[in-house]
Amino acid sequence: MNLLLLLVSGIFVHNFILSRFLGICPFLGVSKQIETAFGMGIAVTFVMGLASAITYVVQYTILVPYGLEYLQTIAFILVIATLVQLVEMVIKKTSPTLYEALGVYLPLITTNCAVLGVALLNIQYGYNFIESVVFGIAGALGFMLAIVLFAGIRERNELSAIPKALDGFPIALITAGLMAIAFLGFSGML
Amino acid sequence: MSNFKVLTNGIIKENPTFRLLLGMCPTLAVTTAAINGLGMGLSTTVVLIGSNVVISALRKIIPNSIRIPAFVVIIASFVTIVQMLLQAYVPSLYDALGIYIPLIVVNCIILGRAEAFAFSHSVGASACDGIGMGLGFTLSLTVLGGIREIIGAGTIFGISLFGASYEPALLVIMPAGGFITLGLCIGLINHLTSRHEQKELDQANQELMGIEAKGEAE
Repeated sequence: MNLLLLLVSGIFVHNFILSRFLGICPFLGVSKQIETAFGMGIAVTFVMGLASAITYVVQYTILVPYGLEYLQTIAFILVIATLVQLVEMVIKKTSPTLYEALGVYLPLITTNCAVLGVALLNIQYGYNFIESVVFGIAGALGFMLAIVLFAGIRERNELSAIPKALDGFPIALITAGLMAIAFLGFSGML
Repeated sequence: MSNFKVLTNGIIKENPTFRLLLGMCPTLAVTTAAINGLGMGLSTTVVLIGSNVVISALRKIIPNSIRIPAFVVIIASFVTIVQMLLQAYVPSLYDALGIYIPLIVVNCIILGRAEAFAFSHSVGASACDGIGMGLGFTLSLTVLGGIREIIGAGTIFGISLFGASYEPALLVIMPAGGFITLGLCIGLINHLTSRHEQKELDQANQELMGIEAKGEAE
């Protein structure tokens, strides 16, 4: 039950993009089309789930026993960078079609702050291993939900008459703001 | 380009937030108050100057193929230093910024400047670039934080502006307000720059017409 609550809270109530501001760069960068947004969402889900698990292990088997917590930032970012590289290689070997689809977005995930963010939040909230992984996946699904919805709206925006000064990036930000207001409605769920 | 030009370039012409649109996560997340924006901006500036200088100094030693991991390690080291300094000397700011301090590592401005500037320029120029970009980022975060704090809480740097009768618009402090305020700010700047450019164009045209008219008269 607790895990279910964690899942719902990660996806809707504390949505990574719309309430925590993690992963804004890919959110604005890779959201021009629904298809690419979906691909990015899948790739991020994969990496965030794995990153939550591995950084948990690194934190509690290496950093804490040896009193190296101050190296957390450096250790985590290296783990994530390696992980992204590894995932890229594995996908390339096992499923060339998926690799084709995700290709461009995989390396971008290293600089997605949602991944490092989820690893740090897991430690901060003191989640256990299972909770960390569930939280990571919930956060990633929330990311995917937001980016796919956002891409849908942006596809429509392309066709509407927008004041010249607001065209492009500014209107995208305002759209995201309106989405964030809509997501506020979920906060009553918990 | 002289060092001074490099310095001012980042503050106005290539302002990282409003013109280059980099580093959006901290921009939106911490600007609920002007002081937080200022703190975040200065922390990022310190990291940016440090990483720019070190990367520029090591640019002949770091092999091209592994430059990104090398950059990340250098940046992460500086972030750790800043994190420890903030925790020791400004604990209130440390608490307010929270998770967004370690997240400076993945701020695209820093990696972007390392790749686009520091790796191909001298130490002095890179330091100036770091100062300029950092101050540009600080300026925009403080302005954004100021706007949101004034509308959303009726204060600036914690000083009450409108007295007790002011009903603060909470929405502006909330995440949704962050997106909308930033969108409107960038829109306003786009509008002003396009008008400025139009004016310059008109002036040039008029001068040209004047010269032509003179030529004809003669």
